[in-house]
Order: sequence, then C-alpha cells, then structure tokens
Amino acid sequence: MSEQTEVVTQPEPAPEQRDRTVEQSSRWQQAMRDIVGGSAMISVLAVLLALIAGGILIAVTDARVQQTAGYFFARPGDMLAAIWNAVSKAYLALFRGSIYNFARDDVGSALTSLTDTLVFATPLIAAGLGVGLGFRAGLFNIGGRGQMIMAAAAAGWVGFSFNLPPVIHVIVAVAAGLIAGGIWGGIVGLLKAKTGAHEVIVTIMLNFVALYFLMYMLRTPGLLQAPGGNTPKTPPMEPTAIFPPLFPGHNVHWGFLTAIAATVYVWWLLNRSSMGFQFRAVGINPNAARTAGMSVSSVYIWTMTISGALCGLAGVNQVLGTVTSGFSSGIDAGIGFDAITVALLGRSRPWGIFAAGLLFGAFKAGGFTMQAAAQVPVDIVLVVQSLIVLFIAAPPLVRAIFRLPTPGTAPRRRVRASDRRAEKGAAA
Amino acid sequence: MASPFPHSRCACTRSGRRDAAPRLLVNTRTALLPPPRIGNMKLELRGITKRFGALVANDHISLTVEPGEIHCLLGENGAGKSTLMNVLYGLYQADEGEVLLDGEVQHFSGPGDAMAAGIGMVHQHFMLIPVFTVAENVMLGHEATKTGGVLDLDAAREQVREISARFGFHVDPDALVETLPVGVQQRVEIIKALSRDAKVLVFDEPTAVLTPQETDELMAIMRQLRDAGTSIVFITHKLREVREVADRITVIRLGKVVGEASPEASTTELASMMVGRAVDLSVDKEPPRLGEPVLVVDGLSVADATGQVHVDDVSFEVRAGEVLAIAGVQGNGQTELTEALLGLQPHVKGSITLDGREIVKRGVRKILDAGVGFVPEDRTEDGLVAEFTIAENLMLNRSTGEPFVRFGNLQLGFRDDFAREKTKEFDIRAQGIDSLAGRLSGGNQQKVVLARELSRDLRLLVAAQPTRGLDVGSIEFVHSRIIQTRDAGIPVIVVSTELDEVSALADRIAVMYRGKIVGIVPGDTPREVLGLMMAGETPAGAGEAA
Ligand SMILES: Nc1ncnc2c1ncn2[C@@H]1O[C@H](COP(=O)(O)OP(=O)(O)OP(=O)(O)O)[C@@H](O)[C@H]1O
Ligand SMILES: [Mg+2]
Repeated sequence: MSEQTEVVTQPEPAPEQRDRTVEQSSRWQQAMRDIVGGSAMISVLAVLLALIAGGILIAVTDARVQQTAGYFFARPGDMLAAIWNAVSKAYLALFRGSIYNFARDDVGSALTSLTDTLVFATPLIAAGLGVGLGFRAGLFNIGGRGQMIMAAAAAGWVGFSFNLPPVIHVIVAVAAGLIAGGIWGGIVGLLKAKTGAHEVIVTIMLNFVALYFLMYMLRTPGLLQAPGGNTPKTPPMEPTAIFPPLFPGHNVHWGFLTAIAATVYVWWLLNRSSMGFQFRAVGINPNAARTAGMSVSSVYIWTMTISGALCGLAGVNQVLGTVTSGFSSGIDAGIGFDAITVALLGRSRPWGIFAAGLLFGAFKAGGFTMQAAAQVPVDIVLVVQSLIVLFIAAPPLVRAIFRLPTPGTAPRRRVRASDRRAEKGAAA
Repeated sequence: MASPFPHSRCACTRSGRRDAAPRLLVNTRTALLPPPRIGNMKLELRGITKRFGALVANDHISLTVEPGEIHCLLGENGAGKSTLMNVLYGLYQADEGEVLLDGEVQHFSGPGDAMAAGIGMVHQHFMLIPVFTVAENVMLGHEATKTGGVLDLDAAREQVREISARFGFHVDPDALVETLPVGVQQRVEIIKALSRDAKVLVFDEPTAVLTPQETDELMAIMRQLRDAGTSIVFITHKLREVREVADRITVIRLGKVVGEASPEASTTELASMMVGRAVDLSVDKEPPRLGEPVLVVDGLSVADATGQVHVDDVSFEVRAGEVLAIAGVQGNGQTELTEALLGLQPHVKGSITLDGREIVKRGVRKILDAGVGFVPEDRTEDGLVAEFTIAENLMLNRSTGEPFVRFGNLQLGFRDDFAREKTKEFDIRAQGIDSLAGRLSGGNQQKVVLARELSRDLRLLVAAQPTRGLDVGSIEFVHSRIIQTRDAGIPVIVVSTELDEVSALADRIAVMYRGKIVGIVPGDTPREVLGLMMAGETPAGAGEAA
C-alpha cells in the first residue's frame, strides 16, 4: 500500500475511439432493450390507456356531446349520456366488425368478423415477427415495406406467369417470396456488418429503391405489367397459386397457417437454437458476445436475412391470399410500419407478437364497421395505435436521450472506457 | 518475497500509520483545521428482513451506527450487504423491521425520502449524469430557482466550491462529469450527498475500481467526515482497508448478523468470521515445474482506430507450468494486451504464437477453440450477458458445438446439469441456475465467469483482475484454482493492479508502463522495486533506488 502511494505515473490521456462508439451505441441499445423487454403488463396497460384516450377523442369530436356541453351546468346528465352513447356505440361497432357480429342471425356469418380479423392479422403477424426478431438481436428493421414489396413481386410473378400443379405452385411462389425478402433484408445486414452503415438509414433507402423498382416493373410489359393493359397493375394470380380458403364461405385462407408456422419457427429459433442464442446474446451485450467468440457480423447478416424473409412472408400473403386479382404499388398497405408497433406491443416475444398481430388485425377489421355504423372516422384507430407506441416507447427513449439511469435496476458499476481514459488523465 | 500473506504487510505497520496525519497533499492543510461539525445522527436498523421470492437476503438484521463512527460491513459475496443498504436508502422496501434515525421510525418509499431524511449513498455504480457539469449534477433533484423559474446555478456552484474547500476536494464545479476520473466522480457523489445535508453516508464497495492512490485519498476523506460527525457505513472486501479506517465492524453471513469484530482483530480473524471457517490467505504453491514455452509474444504492438499506440513492441514468453503476472497502474496497456491475445483488437502488429502456431488475426472463435481461457477485466461489460440466466452464461462461449449444441439445437438438459454442477463446484450463490446473471451479487457474477473459463480444456489462461469484487474466501478459492491450473501444466497470465495478488500468484512479474514492458522480474521481487518499475524505472535502476 504505502509503496504504491509513492508511485506517480504520467501516461498521457489517450482517446479510445473504439470504446467510445461502443459506449454510444450501448446507450441506445439499452433503450431499445427496455422498450422491447418490458413486461406484458405494460403492453396491456398501454392498450387500455390508448383505448381510453381514443374514447375521449371520440367523445369530444361527437356533435351531440359538443351540443350538450353548451348547457352542461344546467343538465350535466345530458352530456354524460351523450358521451356514453358516442363511445359505447363506436367501440361496440369495433367489436362487431372484428370479433362477433351479433347483428347477424346465424353464428357462421356472425363469425365472418372474426375471420376477417384473421385475414388482416396474418401479414401483421409475419412482418411483426420479422421486426421483433431484429429487435432481439439489437437491430431496428424498418425496411419491412421494401422487403414485402420485393417478396410480393417475386411471389406474384411466380403466381401469375407459371403453370404448375396446384400445391407445388403455391409452394414455389411462397419460396420465391421468402428468398426475395430474405435477400432484400440480408443486403442490409451485409452493409451493416461490412461498413458499419446504420440499419435504419439503409432500410429506409431500400424501401424507396424497392418501391420505385416495383413501379418500374409494373409499367414494363413483360415484367409485371398485365399484358394488354396500360395501368401499372399485374395480371391476376393463377388459381393454382392462390392460398385456398380455410373454411368455405370465409375469407380466411391458408396464409394464416403460415403465420402460425412462422411463430412456432421464430419461437424455436430464439429459444431453442444455437443461432438464436447468439442473436439474443448480441442483442443484449455485443461486447460480451464478441468476447465469447461469436461473430457479431454474421449475426447481423443472418438476423436481417431471416427478418427480411419473415417480412417477405407478409408480402406473399398479400398477393397470394388477400389481393389475388392482381396488385399495384400499394400492395404493402403500410403493414411494414404497423409491424413495428406489433413487435413493440408483443415485446418481441413470438407469441406476444402473435397476440398483438391479432389485436391489430381486429382494429383493421373493426375500424371500417366503426366508421360506417358510428360515423367515427377510421383515423381514431390510427390514433389509438400511435398512442400504444407512445406509451410503450416513450419512457425508455427519454431516459436514453438524457442518459438517465434505468429505475429499479441494481446499482451496477462499469469500468467504462471513459473512466479508464480519465484515470490516465488523473494520474498525470 | 516478503510474505505470501496478502495483507500481512499492512497489518504489521497498521498501528503506526493509523493515527498519522493523511499523507496526501490534498488533505494535509485542511486536516489541521478543527473539523466543522456538520450534524450528528444516530442510525439504527431493527430486525430488517428482505426476501426475494424464497431467498432471504436479509434475515432480521439489526445494526446501530453512532454519529462520528465508521462502521464497516463485512460479509461474503451475496451475504446481503448491498441489499441492506438499498433498504436503508429506500430502493427496496423491507418485508419486516424498521429504520430509525435518532430514535424515530422512518418510512422511506424511495431514495428521495431517504435523502430528505439525511441519508446519502455513494453507489457502486455512480448515479451521475455524464453530460452534466458537476454543479448541475449536484443540484439535480433539488434544483433551486431564481425568480421566473431560472435555475440558480450560481448557488450550486458556490455550494460545490464551499464543500470542496471544506474537505480539500479540488473539484471544479463547471467540469463535465464524463471527463472526470472515477476517483473524482466519486467525490462529486460525496459532495452531492453533503449538499443535501447528509448525516449518514453509505459507501458500497467504493474502492473496487479505484487506484491505490485514490483509495488512500478516499479513506482520508472518510476520516475527515467522521471527525466532522458524520455516521459512515463502509462496505469493502479489502480487509486492509477495514483495519485502517473502521471504528466498528459488523459481520454478516447468509443474511444474518453473526457478530461484531474488533477493529484490532487480525485479518485472519476477520476473514474466518466472515466466511465461517478458517481462511488461509496465503497461497500454497510449490516451485513451478517449468515446461516448454507455450505462448510466445514477439514484437507485439496494438493501436486503436485513431492510430494511438497502446501496446508498444512487447515481447515475452510464458512456459507451461508458470504464472506470469502483468503488473502496472491501470491504463498502461494491460487491457489492450490481453484483448490482443484473444484476438479482440483489430490493429495488431507483431506475432503471437500458441503451441508454435500463429494466432494473430485468427479470430476470437478460433483462438478460444485453440484453448485460450479468458477472464475479462470488466465482467459486466465483456464477461456476462446480464439478461441471460446463469446456465446460459455458463455456455456463452460454447454456443456452437457439442456438447451444448447438437444439430443446431441447444441441449437444454445437458446445459442445466452442467450449470447445476458448476454452481455447486464454484459455490455460486443464487436462487437457482435460472437466476439472471445481472441479479447476482458482484462476487457471484465473477464466479460465473471463472467457472465458465476454468471448465474448458485450456492451453492458456488469461485472467484480468480475476478477484475484483470477491470476498476473501472466494479469493482463496480462485487463487488456488489458478495455481491448480498452473500445476496442471497450463501457462497462466494474470493481470492485476493489486500488488498483493501479484505477489501471491506470480512466478515471474512483467511490469507495464506506457504500453511497454519495463522489465520481467522474479515473483519475489520486493514491492518497493515493483512500485518504482510501475513508474517507469528499469529493473536495475529500481533495484538500486529501493
Ligand atoms: N433484485 C434482486 N432479485 C433477486 N435476488 C436478488 C436481488 N438483489 C439481490 N438478490 C440476491 O440477494 C442476495 C444478496 O445480494 P447482495 O447484492 O445484497 O449481496 P452482497 O452482500 O452485496 O454481495 P457482494 O459482496 O458480492 O456485492 C444474493 O443472493 C442476490 O442474488
Ligand atoms: Mg454488493
């Protein structure tokens, strides 16, 4: 002890760039982990809060409520009744459109609402799994749109231009879509691994590339444009390439089974496979993963490839299940972005995403009924969806921006690079 | 070697030094002034019980800290010391028992209440905001405002200056916290607590990552605070520090108070009280039976992305059956050197051969497979995945092949059996193998890393700060495992900033200074000589000067 005290050293302070960048990114990764790693309880509460906020919006925009507010102090009961009326009518319509239409006579057609929900949910689940898988490896894939478009183009092309036996045709078309989506996602992983390009920037760029590429193909006879037509639209799919319906008389098709299969696959991948073990390790602590001999680059490449293929499955479902009469450039229908919300709400857990996808499918299916039956604009559903994201994502982001410590975590000391550097400075 | 007994040197000089005025320039002047009283408060914990599920982390703990006393808490890893302090600070709610200040029962629902009542805590992990200045951090949470809601930063600055002057801290109120060394950041934490009029101060393992100089300065500060009437709770695993500053010592084992120890007790007595059995703090080792050189490092240089050289033309070899210790003040290139051995550093020149095969640029995976065991210096950053379970962390660097993985599938049964066996063998205290590594006490986290590395087929073991944060019993265990590894014919490199550890383990000592090895000397080189070498003296020059 006493001997060491006399030691005075003067190594010059050295900037440690490598470690600085690691520190920078780990702060955001911590935020991302907080966002996706919270409990299911937070998800449920976020949905409830968002529905309440949506209810308030429905109430204040309702004409009758506004009218009764004018004489609120004279007859408060009128306004309360009006609020109850407006909100309950809207949410009942939402329920009728998405789960069980009790206005119908027989159970079969009453359940059409539920099967519609499943149809809407299918691509949301698939793309949500893609985005969620990315989150688990610490990657933010907002390129679902581009990956869906490329997959839809590939599957669609196989679907309308080939003549194959029934089952085989579907399989080939699906495979083509998965491969196209996987390549489109894999490019992002490759660029990130080799050049350090941030996946958010690259995926946004590739979304545009994919969109304009699709528009070009839709205008070029011999590529995707329907022969003889001069609108940017493809010919309809061959019947052999279309997902057969699950129940006669309902819209829900075999695509829903692919969503279930994808959920099981992602569950296995993340929880039972060596590859998923590495994905998760890299997602939580890339430094420790690297020290444990994992190749962070190949984890990035594989994650983005599989994530792209899952988003691709959403695109495939669109062209082989939902819009089989030929598609145009709006084929992604914003699902690539909704998938982010679904993944967040599902906490990036496969079955959580499945449940969140069903909920969002229900919002979509019920939103139209709500507009038609209760004259509540379908945008309320968008507001509710956005509020869900806000309630889930905002607190960790605020903490990350201001570098606040996460509440409730055990105090933990890190000998950071900056400490080490500073120590050198102190000794000087 | 003066003594293989890690703490004996201080033990024999202790009584002479304990009452001596602090020898640090910073504090001598103020130490002569009569200490201003900053308030007295008696702290009492009565029957505190805290459970985590089935685990009882604190079992009816009672403790009294008188004003003007430094009360040391001793206990093994996972004994429940940090938990008890978190209860005191309002971070956890006790299941039973109460906290009393000056005889009054307190109800803290969060750290805010505890702070308001006069309790300050210097955490293992500082709770400062790096991008704020010292003054801003100090005022954070109880911001004073001038008329119109403008922050009164001047008042905060003045407060920082005033407290700094009182204790001789030399802290610039306008410095950005992230640019300050750890030792100074810790002082900012202390200022922050004092600015809120803390009368009870808790230090939870504050010295684990300080340099020896910073440790001495901190202890001088603690004495000053005590003399000014502050009640201090001090948690550390370094018995030398306990003997130097403690007025009273309470020992906790498995969540229970097992008794008080006298500050006059010897380190051996303290150690055996903590662990509940006799602890042999010396390391028994035979003279090394040297074999062939296994690792040969030749002309190795490591630079970072900016071209700054951290390791400068270093050459050495390690033979089978020996421990080479790398000593030096932290930040002289040891981290970069060990990382280069594992292939973690991208800009490397020179050659490293293991068993005659070049391993530079072979990639971490291949180097691990070649049999290099690696205990990283910073376990939370590089050694563990905090949100993985113990079982998952134990297979972290074997996630690609047999026996943990077969046909791409994790072998969960094998993994769990392995984890159960290793938690037993290495005495990892946790609720079970499914506990998250991030929830373990610091020492138990370190044991997870060691268990993982020592249960592979090794050709070389590289251990950086292998006992940081461990209790004496675990240090004894780890040291004996390292010596066993050596005796099994495996060369070992130990990087340590603790001279006690270096002397206890090393057969040869390489001292690093500014990225170079200033000399490689025998393991029994006197500490005076090592000290001078760590300041850059050549072995010959150091030998003469000492
Ligand atoms: N938040 C938590 N959830 C579950 N278990 C916990 C939690 N915090 C602590 N524990 C457990 O409580 C026990 C006591 O932990 P604590 O951190 O208080 O030990 P300690 O005495 O400070 O040890 P060390 O010297 O290693 O820091 C440990 O077994 C630990 O795993
Ligand atoms: Mg502790």
